[in-house]
Amino acid sequence: MTVEANPTSLPNLPPGPLDASAGPPDATNGKVVIRLSQIAKNYQVGTETVHALRGVDLTIYKGEYVAIMGPSGSGKSTMMNVLGCLDTPSSGRFELNGIDVSDMDDNRLADIRNQEIGFVFQTFNLLARSTALHNVELPLIYAGVNAERRREVAIEAMGQVGLADRMLHKPNEMSGGQRQRVAVARALVNHPSIILADEPTGNLDSKTGEEIMGLFEVLYKKGNTLIVVTHEEDVARHARRLIRIRDGLIASDEIITHKTAVSA
Amino acid sequence: MRFSSEIKEGISISWMTIRSNKMRTALTTLGIVIGIVTVTLMQTAIEGLNKAFLKSISAIGTDVLYVQRHSWFSDEPWWKVRNRRIITPEHARLVAQQATLASAVAPDAGDFGTVKYNNRSASSVMILGCVADTVTVANLNVIEGRFLSSSEVDGARPVCVLGSELAANFFPHESPIGKKIRIEGIPYEVVGVIGKIGSFLGLFNFDNRVMIPMTRFLGDITHWPNVTITVKVRDIRQMNDAIDELRGIMRKIRRLEPGMPDDFAINQQDAFIKTFNKLGTSIAAAGLIVAGLSLFVGGIGIMNIMFVSVAERTKEIGLRKALGARRRTILLQFLLEAAIICLGGGLLALGIAYPLSWVVDRFLPTSMSFGIVCVALAVSLATGVISGFLPAWRASRLSPVEALRNE
Ligand SMILES: Nc1ncnc2c1ncn2[C@@H]1O[C@H](COP(=O)(O)OP(=O)(O)O)[C@@H](O)[C@H]1O
Ligand SMILES: [Mg+2]
Repeated sequence: MTVEANPTSLPNLPPGPLDASAGPPDATNGKVVIRLSQIAKNYQVGTETVHALRGVDLTIYKGEYVAIMGPSGSGKSTMMNVLGCLDTPSSGRFELNGIDVSDMDDNRLADIRNQEIGFVFQTFNLLARSTALHNVELPLIYAGVNAERRREVAIEAMGQVGLADRMLHKPNEMSGGQRQRVAVARALVNHPSIILADEPTGNLDSKTGEEIMGLFEVLYKKGNTLIVVTHEEDVARHARRLIRIRDGLIASDEIITHKTAVSA
Repeated sequence: MRFSSEIKEGISISWMTIRSNKMRTALTTLGIVIGIVTVTLMQTAIEGLNKAFLKSISAIGTDVLYVQRHSWFSDEPWWKVRNRRIITPEHARLVAQQATLASAVAPDAGDFGTVKYNNRSASSVMILGCVADTVTVANLNVIEGRFLSSSEVDGARPVCVLGSELAANFFPHESPIGKKIRIEGIPYEVVGVIGKIGSFLGLFNFDNRVMIPMTRFLGDITHWPNVTITVKVRDIRQMNDAIDELRGIMRKIRRLEPGMPDDFAINQQDAFIKTFNKLGTSIAAAGLIVAGLSLFVGGIGIMNIMFVSVAERTKEIGLRKALGARRRTILLQFLLEAAIICLGGGLLALGIAYPLSWVVDRFLPTSMSFGIVCVALAVSLATGVISGFLPAWRASRLSPVEALRNE
């Protein structure tokens, strides 16, 4: 499903499972987690230069729940990669928690990803041969947490996603929804500054997808900062802020007030 | 802390990978296995050879000189030395008279022949013409009866002394003393038996001999003996003086003009040791080449399989990087995998080489030493780390975005 970017009005959102009073924090007073200034990303394909991002300015505050939408090829993934410190921008400045990460080297970025970012992927990306618990422990291993504490924290995270009884199952012994929950637990386990989800429901049926979005809602209410890339309006409507991208630029950036969405 | 948990994670990942690719891994280690088996067996054999040599060489004695027509290990061309005059028992008599630094001088000469007792027969027995002093110069241990006496040698009596193996074969249930055996058809009476000496490097069996008076040897066996004059030196510290003296005496006896080259040689244990060391070095070199080649081929195999492993797990690498694995971590993970595979190969090789070392033991008494085991494992480990480095390095440099995109 391709979504037409509409900078002026949101499509009608069906009623969500949300309590509209639990909206985003007061953006003007909150702590800035992400600040992008004139971020551009170019790819050289043969002799041609592809401008995937063309100077994006964006500020995201702690505790926000942001959805990023846009047609295919608009630059969503590129944006995610930059936000997730998986890739560095060609130009512009990216501050994460006030620290400029635009020019960091590979190893420092690895540490930043480990400490500050939790990833949820469309295809779950779990280690097939490891137990769910071990998958969740992985970021802690790279953080150098000792085995005992690691286990403790990972078990806690598994509990948070409602899989306390599936700790030692391997991914192939679990349903898609359960796998994505494990991935969410893994994203949570290091208490990151932001959780980045790229099409988190893309490989799930709509009912299971709703469950995952429900889980995100819980995480949001606990104060996590969430950024979800999706091309589904149904998914995007769960967020509190919707950013539409087109041709490598932000086309619209709006607060979703669930009350208006419901009443519209 | 972080490093040790990374190592633990690396080992457990490697273990899982290896377990799920058993066949592939096993085949990959083949080169390593062959290389390590070669190194191990070669080293075991060399150690055995050394031991056997030291044991054998003691039969030659450090304090004796052998005056013979030819040098044991001469570089001179055969055509130059083949027409040398023979050395006779008479030469030995003259040497004995004139040598002041010698404690005993004894000529001997040998030839292969057939020995019979009743209906038993043994061919290719070394028949040795001896004198009474042979027992001294050759350091023989008479375990039954006695050795040949001077009067028996002077009187050319038909008496003989048997080597232990010959005695055991002919007289399994009775004492050989006083029995008559036939040497090349001629009857001899057994007067003694020599204790077991063993073989020289497994080549020449000292126990399959019969010793008869030199005087009989010259008539019954041959008229043109190739005599060795064995000279026992009184004081081992005067070895070089003794050689000089002996050389002078021999030149005089054989009437060599000054300036003419020696037409005889004075051999000693020393030459054996030198030659043996050379031999040992060549064996080691050959072994190292074979082992080096198989390890090289094995290493290439490991490198190849590690490239495959990296390619197959590109996405996993991307994920690990996304979750905070540094370059070093990924490098370490794949190095560990290569090292573990090779170490496994090394252990397998030791498992194969150990029973094979028993086979070697049958020819050369030896055993696989702890040192060899350590060297073998260290070499396998090094092969793994070296050949795994390039693939591991590549993996560590993968961009997480590219790697994650991989399917
Ligand atoms: N590694 C790359 N090399 C070349 N071009 C790329 C690369 N990644 C993305 N692009 C291009 O950049 C643009 C944006 O891509 P992307 O961020 O993947 O968009 P989206 O995720 O919204 O579909 C597209 O034109 C795409 O072809
Ligand atoms: Mg995309």
